[in-house]
Amino acid sequence: MPSLIRASASDGAAAPARWAGAIARHPGLAIGTLVLVVVLAAALFAPFLGTVDPNRLNPMLRLKPPSASAWFGTDRLGRDIYSRVLFGARVSLIVGVSVAVLVTALGLTVGLLAGFLKRADSVLMRLMDALMSIPAVLLAIALMSLTKASVGNVIFVVALGELPAMARLVRSVVLSLRERPYVDAAITSGTRLPLLLVRHILPNTVSILLVQGTFVFASAMILEAVLSFVGAGTPPDVPSWGAMIADARGTFQIAPYTVLFPALALSLTVLSVNMVGNGLQAVIDRQARR
Amino acid sequence: MIRFLLHRVAMTVPLILLVALFIFSLLNLAGGDPAAVIAGEGASAEKIEALRTALGLNEPFLVRFGAWLLGLVQGDLGTSLFTRKPVTELIGQRLEPTFSLALLTLVFSVLIAVPLGVIAAWKAGSWVDHLTTGVSVVGFSVPVFVTSYAAIYLFALTLGWLPVQGYTPLAKGFWPFLSHLILPAAMLSISYVGLVARITRSAMVEVLGQDYIRTAAAKGVSEPDILLRHGLKNAGVPIVTAIGLGFAFLVGGVVVTETVFGIPGLGRLTVDAIARRDYPVIQGVILVISGLYVLINLVVDLSYALLDPRIRQ
Repeated sequence: MPSLIRASASDGAAAPARWAGAIARHPGLAIGTLVLVVVLAAALFAPFLGTVDPNRLNPMLRLKPPSASAWFGTDRLGRDIYSRVLFGARVSLIVGVSVAVLVTALGLTVGLLAGFLKRADSVLMRLMDALMSIPAVLLAIALMSLTKASVGNVIFVVALGELPAMARLVRSVVLSLRERPYVDAAITSGTRLPLLLVRHILPNTVSILLVQGTFVFASAMILEAVLSFVGAGTPPDVPSWGAMIADARGTFQIAPYTVLFPALALSLTVLSVNMVGNGLQAVIDRQARR
Repeated sequence: MIRFLLHRVAMTVPLILLVALFIFSLLNLAGGDPAAVIAGEGASAEKIEALRTALGLNEPFLVRFGAWLLGLVQGDLGTSLFTRKPVTELIGQRLEPTFSLALLTLVFSVLIAVPLGVIAAWKAGSWVDHLTTGVSVVGFSVPVFVTSYAAIYLFALTLGWLPVQGYTPLAKGFWPFLSHLILPAAMLSISYVGLVARITRSAMVEVLGQDYIRTAAAKGVSEPDILLRHGLKNAGVPIVTAIGLGFAFLVGGVVVTETVFGIPGLGRLTVDAIARRDYPVIQGVILVISGLYVLINLVVDLSYALLDPRIRQ
């Protein structure tokens, strides 16, 4: 990411000025990155940030409003909402990042194969069409309810829903790259397919994959929250923002803070990832115009 | 033209078959034993085994898939393990709320998103343009259950303008029907608006850069005419595509929205069936909704021929 920003900055300026210029041109990217870094830090250092055990029940302290001892208040079982929000960031980020990496890797494989091997193309793309026709949320809920609740399973079913769009995108990029003269030249000069893919095609898909991967990251976090919200997500002992919001369904009328804080955390995190995605897109578009 | 139509229609049959195979095999692979569910907790192993044989669960995978498919062709999706009613009947009972919600969401979204996208493209770089980009990013980012709770808190609990939750059939009067759907449809349309407005904007920006737009402007065609008759009409294909593809998005939102607002639609049916491990219902609902998605995108593809005369040839 830094290299992208640097590449788009104007020539010869001093480093700080260049960074300032890049931030001014893409405020969304800067703000999104900043928020994301804060969330990441909160997730990593959750145990050291004044939290208590997020699963500790305290029947004496049920539904207490935010105070000096419980910053975000307590839920209907007396659990500390601040601690649960911080630890909840872990599962959200883990699912988001893992799905993004998995979908990018699989989508790249399927897209490259389909884009280069005519015979594989129709088979793979019909499979992707079929998978795309099954609404991701429904499929994920159904699969999760039939299998064991675990973070790994959540990652798998969410990735399954995100894969077809990524594969289609990679395929369309590969098809357009194939028409470029330098690819023709490489083929004519006898470059073998594996080398052709690695040296000439792959590097040119990186920027698009980066942007799309960011959007997959954001949408995977939402899907994870939706799964937890309908009770088909991560196991109950893993604090998750979606599960917290679902848990507060019965209490939010009398204690709005039980919904407010996990909802804010989820929305702001997803928003920051989408802002990073949009910012990267803008940087790449800018480069493409030059 | 006829050939294009026939080809496109013929392509949907294998696609739906493939979708059916996907749903059937994924749910089967995911495990779980319907016989154990029917027998109930504490049933003996012999009883479960007898049920497995009676239900045909010991047959090979392909035989079971074939049987399901055969029923499917005859309009039979099996029987609910829980209510013992035909799945098609259960689905039929839930269609009205879901369709009403989806339709109202679509109307809200298109009425807001298309004008917003057109204005954003027309005044590119203006505050309307920035607002549109902002709305679509936020719309994508805030999950529908979060906005729903905020809306319930504000409009139902605090202001008391609209009911908190529930559903009233259209037969019981238009306003009771509509008042229950306004909040869920409005919340559901937020992310849809983001999607459609964004595509409308980029399609319009592209069209407005064309030579014939400049020619029209030079001839003295009025701005509204340029935007709508020359611009929007030619930006139609990507916009209609976005609306069709957004349907899958919408379905996911419907499941969640129906849960939050207590609407007895297909989404509730699915969530309830999943909680009870009612396999025939889960399979049936997912298949029907996926089939609808395939059909909607068929209609979208066919509409290209209406929107773009070049495709007709």
